[in-house]
Amino acid sequence: MTSYAFFGALEQGFAFGLMVLGVYLTFRVLDFPDLTVDGSLPLGAAVSAVAIDAGMHPALSLVLACGAGFLAGAVTGFLNTRLRILHLLASILTMIALYSVNLRIMGRPNLTLLGKPTLVDLFTTASGLPQYLSTPLLFGLVTAFAAVVLIWFLRTELGLALLATGDNPRMIRALGVNTGGTIILGLGLSNALTAMSGALVAQNQGGADVNMGVGTIVAGLASVILGETVFGRRSVAWAVLAAILGSLLYRLAIALALGLKLGSFSITPSDLNLITALLVVLALTAPRMKAKVFS
Amino acid sequence: MLRAEGIAKTFFKGGANEVRALNGVNLRLDEGEFVTVIGSNGAGKSTFLNAVAGVFPVDEGRVVIGDTDVTAWPEWRRAVLIGRVFQDPSQGTCPGATIEQNLALALKRGQPRGLGPGVRRRDRELFRERLSRLGLGLENRLRDPAGLLSGGQRQALTMLMSVLVRPRLLLLDEHTAALDPKTAEKILGLTARLVEELGLSTLMVTHNMRQAIGLGHRLVMFHRGEIVLDIRGEEKRNLRVENLLTRFAEARGEEFTSDRALLV
Repeated sequence: MTSYAFFGALEQGFAFGLMVLGVYLTFRVLDFPDLTVDGSLPLGAAVSAVAIDAGMHPALSLVLACGAGFLAGAVTGFLNTRLRILHLLASILTMIALYSVNLRIMGRPNLTLLGKPTLVDLFTTASGLPQYLSTPLLFGLVTAFAAVVLIWFLRTELGLALLATGDNPRMIRALGVNTGGTIILGLGLSNALTAMSGALVAQNQGGADVNMGVGTIVAGLASVILGETVFGRRSVAWAVLAAILGSLLYRLAIALALGLKLGSFSITPSDLNLITALLVVLALTAPRMKAKVFS
Repeated sequence: MLRAEGIAKTFFKGGANEVRALNGVNLRLDEGEFVTVIGSNGAGKSTFLNAVAGVFPVDEGRVVIGDTDVTAWPEWRRAVLIGRVFQDPSQGTCPGATIEQNLALALKRGQPRGLGPGVRRRDRELFRERLSRLGLGLENRLRDPAGLLSGGQRQALTMLMSVLVRPRLLLLDEHTAALDPKTAEKILGLTARLVEELGLSTLMVTHNMRQAIGLGHRLVMFHRGEIVLDIRGEEKRNLRVENLLTRFAEARGEEFTSDRALLV
């Protein structure tokens, strides 16, 4: 792998790392398979791109993207807890609805940020580093900050209630927690992180595209599972860290796969969803296979 | 203390499996009264406990705890007044959370939860002191996940959690039924001690007649969604399994038959 591809993979791993934290929060903490992320990632990208296009500071546009993502997650939570729609279906409904919403926000299928200042430009200028180094550094800092906040939050009274909601809802209701509320909060936070991830990706690749969210959930799951398979999950803080490392590993694996050549055959970016899906199947079944082999 | 008036509940209404689980149950509990609840499978005793806890809305009737009518309150809101222990030991604790985190969750029962630290340093002393009174050595394992504990240890921890903040009403739903006899005996001893010490108004559901007779101030028996026996005072203190069966036969005009009620 070239060093260019390596730094590119780090950059992607950190930018999507926020999304992976979000998927960890729903999939592992809340035990809620949330497909909303396929819609909230481009939502964040769209909101951020439109805001920057309108002259807003790119850092401030991240806050806006977070807010929009939180709302999207809260809608899924509302559909599930108040209207009693199956969690998976509730998230698919929001995801589909977001496709239209994102088109409305941008007014067209994609929006470029050519000639507009992005966080990446501002940070590169300020740090004086070449862009192939400054971008992964910037995204690494943002993701590390988000991880610290998430770990802190999961140790607060409210955070513990959120953990318990996924772990033993009956018990935590008996202790006075409205589990519907904690589910909505958790989904909101998860999709806020995902939308922020989308905003970073958009600012990095110079624009938002309505289709950029396809396969987000699968990439997120692959990263979470990869992380916990390689690094384990002995505590919440550890699991959060493993999720980010999993995101890096996943993007590195993809970069490697894209560099593969077998005669005239080579893997193209359009093959990634297939490869990722296979990777998730493998990661989900590997523990059982391992148990079988060694028993 | 507790007033349950005319509680009725039918499950699967209108369907082929329609079950009239509670048929107008009336029960009044005095402050500090410890009532054991007995009955065969499907008699409605656990359903009644769940109706009081607010697990489902009742079709008819009122639930009043203290001076508060909680009939319209959802389950989580009633937690401010009620402590609960379930039959399945894994239901009472969070397996992924540590022992101290579980206790911290219980310490906030019924209180709003904010962004303060989940486990506070000063609370650890309280946790250690309470745990040490269980005599299980759990006070030295505050940071172990509750999932590592045995069923008996978990049930002891759940008992402790249910009374960590004094509840107005304690609901025990066959909380020793899933334990081996020796462990069950220990948990019962702990139950009797805690209820006595704190003077808690308590409803304890059990399958075991000897338990129901040996504990508490009063015994009620459920049959087909109704309370058919209510024995208290002197009569309760002198109660034996044989008289309980006789009393049941008198009350219902039929022999007591049960698939699971234990006569030991």
